[in-house]
Amino acid sequence: MPNNRLNGRPKMPQRTVQERIRDFDEVPLGLEKWAAIEEAKRCLQCKKPSCMKGCPVEIDIPGFIGLLAQGKIDEAVMKIKEKNSLPAICGRVCPQEEQCESLCVLGKKGQPIAVGYLERFLADYEREQGIDLQKMPTQNGKKVAIIGSGPAGLTCAGDCAKMGHKVTIFEALHSAGGVLIYGIPEFRLPKAIVAQEVDYVKSLGVELELSVVVGKTLTFDDLLQDGFKAFFIGTGAGLPHFMNLPGENLNGIYSANEFLTRSNLMKAFRFPEYDTPTKVGRRVSVIGGGNVAMDSARTALRLGAEEVCLVYRRTKKEMPARIEEIERAEEEGINCIILTNPVRFVGNENKWVTGIECIQMELGEPDESGRRRPIPVPGSEFVIPADTVVVAIGQGPNPLLLETLPELKLNKRGYIEANEVTGATSIPGVYAGGDIVTGAATVISAMGAGKKAARAIDDYLKNKS
Amino acid sequence: MVKIIKKEVLTPQIKLMVIDAPRVARHAKAGQFVIVRINEEGERIPLTIADFDSEKGTVSIIFQEVGKSTIQLGELNEGDHITDFVGPLGKEIEEKNFGHVVCVGGGVGIAPIYPKAKVLKKLGNRITSIIGARSSDLLFWEDRMQSVSDALYVTTDDGSYGEKGFVTSVLDRVIQKEKIDLVIAVGPLMMMKMVSLLTKKYELPTLVSLNPIMVDGTGMCGCCRVTVGKECKFTCVDGPVFDGHSVDYDELLARQRNYLEEEKRAVENWLMKKAEEGVHHAK
Ligand SMILES: Cc1cc2nc3c(=O)[nH]c(=O)nc-3n(C[C@H](O)[C@H](O)[C@H](O)COP(=O)(O)OP(=O)(O)OC[C@H]3O[C@@H](n4cnc5c(N)ncnc54)[C@H](O)[C@@H]3O)c2cc1C
Ligand SMILES: Cc1cc2nc3c(=O)[nH]c(=O)nc-3n(C[C@H](O)[C@H](O)[C@H](O)COP(=O)(O)OP(=O)(O)OC[C@H]3O[C@@H](n4cnc5c(N)ncnc54)[C@H](O)[C@@H]3O)c2cc1C
Ligand code: SF4
Ligand code: SF4
Ligand code: FES
Ligand SMILES: [Mg+2]
Repeated sequence: MPNNRLNGRPKMPQRTVQERIRDFDEVPLGLEKWAAIEEAKRCLQCKKPSCMKGCPVEIDIPGFIGLLAQGKIDEAVMKIKEKNSLPAICGRVCPQEEQCESLCVLGKKGQPIAVGYLERFLADYEREQGIDLQKMPTQNGKKVAIIGSGPAGLTCAGDCAKMGHKVTIFEALHSAGGVLIYGIPEFRLPKAIVAQEVDYVKSLGVELELSVVVGKTLTFDDLLQDGFKAFFIGTGAGLPHFMNLPGENLNGIYSANEFLTRSNLMKAFRFPEYDTPTKVGRRVSVIGGGNVAMDSARTALRLGAEEVCLVYRRTKKEMPARIEEIERAEEEGINCIILTNPVRFVGNENKWVTGIECIQMELGEPDESGRRRPIPVPGSEFVIPADTVVVAIGQGPNPLLLETLPELKLNKRGYIEANEVTGATSIPGVYAGGDIVTGAATVISAMGAGKKAARAIDDYLKNKS
Repeated sequence: MVKIIKKEVLTPQIKLMVIDAPRVARHAKAGQFVIVRINEEGERIPLTIADFDSEKGTVSIIFQEVGKSTIQLGELNEGDHITDFVGPLGKEIEEKNFGHVVCVGGGVGIAPIYPKAKVLKKLGNRITSIIGARSSDLLFWEDRMQSVSDALYVTTDDGSYGEKGFVTSVLDRVIQKEKIDLVIAVGPLMMMKMVSLLTKKYELPTLVSLNPIMVDGTGMCGCCRVTVGKECKFTCVDGPVFDGHSVDYDELLARQRNYLEEEKRAVENWLMKKAEEGVHHAK
């Protein structure tokens, strides 16, 4: 028996650094069947499973793991799909270590069950073996409009359809998936998998209309006239923040959204076979310390950069990215320049960026978020040379749709005010969830919000008739 | 998927297409644009809505063949389909009676100036139009511009048609002799810059329609950012029409050149591929 069988958690097999940094293929390879079953057997099948409290979409974790332990793979997959229409995605990008796995009782003394790996295994197995799960619900003809096809929208759509409603998703871009398709890179979440999960949602009877910008191509009034009775807004936090520093519009400076969209959605990594170009210099600096920054840095490396560094104003401990992703980035040779904050961008006479002038930071007292606040060290300015810069410091709410709905109540930060339990907004029949409510968060929390809203929409439609 | 229902070759390099796109046509306003993606491998390119008919559900686009995407688009014919046609995007121009409006269109910029002149004329404005191009074979829609203008001037840089010279010299003359309430200029960035420099001298309110490189066209990527006044604006959602006197043209001129090498490669690659296919067919 191969020696990565442990008495604890299995290790995720992954491609070597040399192999993976020059292409966009997926890095972790997934567990083999025997390893998944062995791991499932380790689960204590708790009567009061604490792990489930960490799962925003309420997957019956001991339930599916128990079935897997008995080798009942088809049933295990069904068990997951009762609650989660996108398991192949969650198994890959959920921050499991902070969610379900962080609450597993086995984690108290030893290592928690690898819930995410098992979920991924089952979803992949289903896809590869083509298990047929389709059960088309009967549709009662109530029309529900879902705006945005990110994880929040897809989940809400799938659940509404399962409850028998006639659902249409409207998506502004030419491909469904939201950040899953335009933001998260191929090597972390293959687009074929996203497409397949979208197909699954479609197989539930959901219609998908791409290249429709709600608020522009169709207005809310148009949708009302078309007979839509309930709405879910899942438009995400797609507005890139810039630093508003001098020189930020020099050539060679990208927002992470642009950089990742060119590569992922537009497939610039296959230029000129695909028409959209992208440009990566020899030295790339990525500003930020979240998942988005890691993805940008690792994408830059794969697009041919010789040196890639992350510029972050606090220390590694405060980086919001998943630990696994920071580790993978470092393994690949990405250098973290911590306690450093940009003050301006330096360019040449042709208005191309040549470097970032930065200032050293030190950590002061904790701020509201509990993290120690970085403060500049006077006189410590220095220049990091760079011919490509990616600004990955966060996103805000895209106002495009919101501007067309003045009666929709927003909070101070410009996000939609929605009931935490139901997703209800200030407009009756209009629900919202995901990043457009919480600000940039996680795939699974967006899905959780979509799920709750679906339930509330179902109640609303029942009471309405 | 949208269908091309009519194609017209306006000049050897400039083509018009009428697209069957009822949803876009229904809400279209002067000043707005669409994003076009020809096929699965295609890039997203913005093109102005040159005309639209909400009843027939059609939208007209006019484009100059300058690189891979526009050349490829120009090869499509009536009955062919375009994979994506998203819009109407961007903000419309303010529709009101300003008084006397001078509409300046340079080159393919005549296409986007036309719907603006048309709607403003309808609202009772007096319209003076000045259209110009490098030479006569880049000029089009003189008749249409005539139909929505009280006065029309035509220039070519080389004198092959109309008056020899630039649109700015005609504009200067009009400014000298008439009271003007608003100038709208659309064309190459350099032309819009020159117009704005001129009208600034006379403190004439001036609008320009900017054409930075775009990707999504919905405010998601920030590729189309420009400095207007001291602020960073996203052209696709905040524009494309801005106060001409506040735009940082030099920054935008540099940004438009971001991908020159790649664009050259894309065309060469495309032409080579077509040549190979041609040889293939010949065999
Ligand atoms: C690069 C990157 C990496 C990430 N990595 C992780 C990770 O590893 N793990 C994790 O859990 N989370 C990660 N996240 C965060 C996660 O992706 C988001 O929290 C999640 O996608 C939010 O889902 P959503 O459905 O709310 O919105 P989005 O995924 O943003 O989807 C919104 C969709 O709505 C569409 N839309 C917007 N306006 C309109 C309109 N007017 N009409 C029609 N359609 C519209 C948009 O085009 C988009 O497709 C990452 C985010 C990024 C950017
Ligand atoms: C709001 C707006 C409206 C426009 N309206 C028209 C119009 O009505 N008719 C018309 O002929 N042209 C219009 N343009 C310009 C048109 O988008 C470009 O000519 C086209 O994208 C060139 O693509 P290409 O592949 O053929 O040429 P390329 O060789 O790729 O590019 C030629 C030049 O066009 C610009 N360009 C390249 N890619 C893009 C892009 N994705 N977005 C914007 N500009 C780009 C660059 O400056 C480049 O140097 C408009 C641009 C904007 C922003
Ligand atoms: S969806 Fe995410 S949180 Fe829920 S069980 Fe799966 S990995 Fe854990
Ligand atoms: S808490 Fe851990 S051991 Fe208990 S059921 Fe959940 S996964 Fe199994
Ligand atoms: S084109 Fe992406 S924000 Fe304007
Ligand atoms: Mg091009």
